[in-house]
Amino acid sequence: MSKGAGNKRTGVFVPAVSVTAGPVLEISGLTVSVRGEDGERPVVSDLSLTLARGETLCIAGESGSGKSMTALAIMQLLPQPAARIESGTIRLRDIDRGGIDLAGLDERRMRRIRGDRIAMIFQEPMTSLNPVLSIGRQLVESIEAHTDLSRADARRRAIEALKAVRIPEAESRLKQFPHELSGGMRQRVMIAMALALKPDVLIADEPTTALDVTVQGEVLELLRDLQREHGTSVILITHDMGVVAEMADRVVIMRHGRMVEEGTAADIFARPQADYTRELLAAVPRIGTGVGRQKSAEQKSVEAEMPGSVAVVNDLHVHFDLRGGFFGQVNRRVHAVEGISFSIAPHETLALVGESGCGKSTTAKALAGLVPYYGDIVIGGRNLAGLGRDQRKAVRRDVQMIFQDPYASLDPRMRVGDLVAEPLLIHGIASKEERSQLVAALFERVGLSADQMELYPHEFSGGQRQRICIARALALKPKLIIADESVSALDVSVQARVLDLLKELQREFGIAYLFISHDMAVVENISDRVAVMYLGQIVEMGTRDQVFSNPRHPYTKRLIEAVPVPDPARRRPRFARLDQEIPSPTRKIGEEPPKLALKDLGNGHLVAVS
Amino acid sequence: MTSPIAPDLPATGRMPIKPRAGVWRRLFKRPLALIGLVIVAVVVAGAILAPWLTGYDPNEQMFDGLTLEGAPLPPNASFWLGTDLLGRDLLTRILFGARTSLIIGIVANGVALLIGTLVGVTAGYFRGWIGGALMRFTDLMMAFPALLLAICLAAVLQPSLWIVAMVIALVNWVQTARVIYTETSSLAEREFIDAERTIGASAPRILFRHILPHLLPTIIVWGTLGISTTVLLEATLSYLGIGVQPPTASWGNIIFENQTYFQAAPWLVFFPGAAILALALAFNLIGDALRDILDPTQRGRA
Repeated sequence: MSKGAGNKRTGVFVPAVSVTAGPVLEISGLTVSVRGEDGERPVVSDLSLTLARGETLCIAGESGSGKSMTALAIMQLLPQPAARIESGTIRLRDIDRGGIDLAGLDERRMRRIRGDRIAMIFQEPMTSLNPVLSIGRQLVESIEAHTDLSRADARRRAIEALKAVRIPEAESRLKQFPHELSGGMRQRVMIAMALALKPDVLIADEPTTALDVTVQGEVLELLRDLQREHGTSVILITHDMGVVAEMADRVVIMRHGRMVEEGTAADIFARPQADYTRELLAAVPRIGTGVGRQKSAEQKSVEAEMPGSVAVVNDLHVHFDLRGGFFGQVNRRVHAVEGISFSIAPHETLALVGESGCGKSTTAKALAGLVPYYGDIVIGGRNLAGLGRDQRKAVRRDVQMIFQDPYASLDPRMRVGDLVAEPLLIHGIASKEERSQLVAALFERVGLSADQMELYPHEFSGGQRQRICIARALALKPKLIIADESVSALDVSVQARVLDLLKELQREFGIAYLFISHDMAVVENISDRVAVMYLGQIVEMGTRDQVFSNPRHPYTKRLIEAVPVPDPARRRPRFARLDQEIPSPTRKIGEEPPKLALKDLGNGHLVAVS
Repeated sequence: MTSPIAPDLPATGRMPIKPRAGVWRRLFKRPLALIGLVIVAVVVAGAILAPWLTGYDPNEQMFDGLTLEGAPLPPNASFWLGTDLLGRDLLTRILFGARTSLIIGIVANGVALLIGTLVGVTAGYFRGWIGGALMRFTDLMMAFPALLLAICLAAVLQPSLWIVAMVIALVNWVQTARVIYTETSSLAEREFIDAERTIGASAPRILFRHILPHLLPTIIVWGTLGISTTVLLEATLSYLGIGVQPPTASWGNIIFENQTYFQAAPWLVFFPGAAILALALAFNLIGDALRDILDPTQRGRA
């Protein structure tokens, strides 16, 4: 199977421009090194790759694999002065003539190439747009900087670009500021900006990682369509093998700055050659594989209704007041959580899924006692509402939380041993000697060694830190652990190991989990029951099988459909787009959101009827 | 789950988690910090041993301390740093003045720092009406001219060194409180503070174990900046007749007495000025080193 034959594509994806037109970008022997305290260290070593015209090349790898550094090296935007290109060439070719080596180009000439011939979009659309300038001004200015169009023409081009990325009412949007747009809209603006100048090469560094899964689907499809129309070559950098399968013609797998494997998407997924690629693919959570827990699921759902539940939440409301106006009075209210009820039995994992802003994290915070709420939270048979401060502290021992970002949730100035011992100390458990033994045991239990107790959080990797957080949560032997997006920030292989650890701990100690995630594949893997949240309310709840094999609510269906399948042979048909933005949970005072009624479809499968 | 694992882990019994040890030792290893320590030690020793170091009395107006025209003498063999307008030995006055200035620069400044930090941390963490009230009070203090307040306070109370120190502490905490407040309120939003609350940590524990250590760099910077400002504020107060009464020497009032003669007798301003600078610099060097030593994220990066 020859590379770039251009006829191997399956499904709906057929590029208009032939891939055989020769490479547009050639990287050979690229070595990038970063100067640290211990001297220079290569972050990209001897990388060679070519990018054909109209092709989508995915560079995939886990954090620290050097994939982002490669992108920055192409753009000549390496962090200065620490990083530099040590050797190698990056040749940008014209269609007819030779080309220029970007690695040796001075800043002034490089600036003309950036944006005009190579454009880049970044992971976080909010940080890469200037928050104090309207998007119209930013777009028009970037067009003016690279062309000699008049202001009026540049404006027309900007509107065209916004229309091309399917932003409704493009003209009036020009006056809006980045914060007035949702994450998906912002990323579209970024894409519009990148494509307005019709570059030869578009580098997209994790363009959808910060977006919700349904929005991700839309943005990916948009990228694909635009590429087909313009014949742009795309380098897509991602850690998500699902995205790779969805988008790539060819794939480069990187690890520790080196290319591990290169090939067509179909080859990489069907016949991976390198061990690392195989491991990476094996670690990817897939929908439809979470069968290990099936047997007990039925009986669990019955158990959950019994009074033995570790936590019962009844008609929980969380509101945040927004002040405004001249006197700063409360005039609007965010209805973050709007009357949800569920219960969790021992040994059970209830997953709470939904997209950002649906109130799933706020629910977790209410359970953990971090935000004030209305309604009832009953833990271990005791309603928190009627308890005094000390009693509440005692009851709260049974509920522990693991946060999303293991880098942010550990005090960087404390030794990890002290951090894990802290809950014991606070609740006055065990003497000093016993405590340090308990902590050592916890360390070993979560797969760390007791010698590491003396270290500080920054000396650990993300996965290890999350293990420390787990050890900390386990220290009080809680009945319920709330895992708020606890594996979302981790690389897939690490994610798989942390999920395994969580399952093991559940088997061993009978802990119940409230597992909060936006990742449907992970949820299917770990949960017994699933509750889908939308705008602060539960729209569907049932056992994992009920929800995944028989989703009844349109939103649930949409969520499941939006997950990219890590298999290029099973590319999805066109993804139904939401043309309007997701409505906001912010309402004026006195304006109550409509309450959804849940209907039982049998065996505890609840669906909202509208 | 405790019983089965205890026997296989004898190692942990032998190495309990140590508190921060060797801060001094690590301080000594840094050349710049060492310079700072030496300067502070010299100033302190000079202040304590002042009566025995030079053969002069700080307040004695010597006949041979002035030229025949009545002008002060520049530095020479018998008066190492020269003499002042009244024929007093400048070196002796600086040594005795160090007593006053150290008390002001360290004690008064330290108290101001302490008040500022406590107010800022409390207001920043608790917000609500406590925070509101504290910060409005801080704003009030800020709006009030510090000098006027100091004059009022000092006029009501009997002027003495300790009163001056107290007055300085009471007017100088405001800026610290503001800065600490802002920093605390952003720290309180960080996720690890939420994490502490979920394990049931009490407010004092969060404040003192988890927030305060993060404020250390700011506190150190404000502390070292405060040394020179407070020393000079003392001089201002003394000049206005509220502070240390003449003929008692302090670095600030030596400068103030002589600044109009700067062109004719520059040494009279230069030497006490250099002393203030050296002391502030010394604390700055120590502070910088301490900040790095106490910040664990700076270690083990190799």
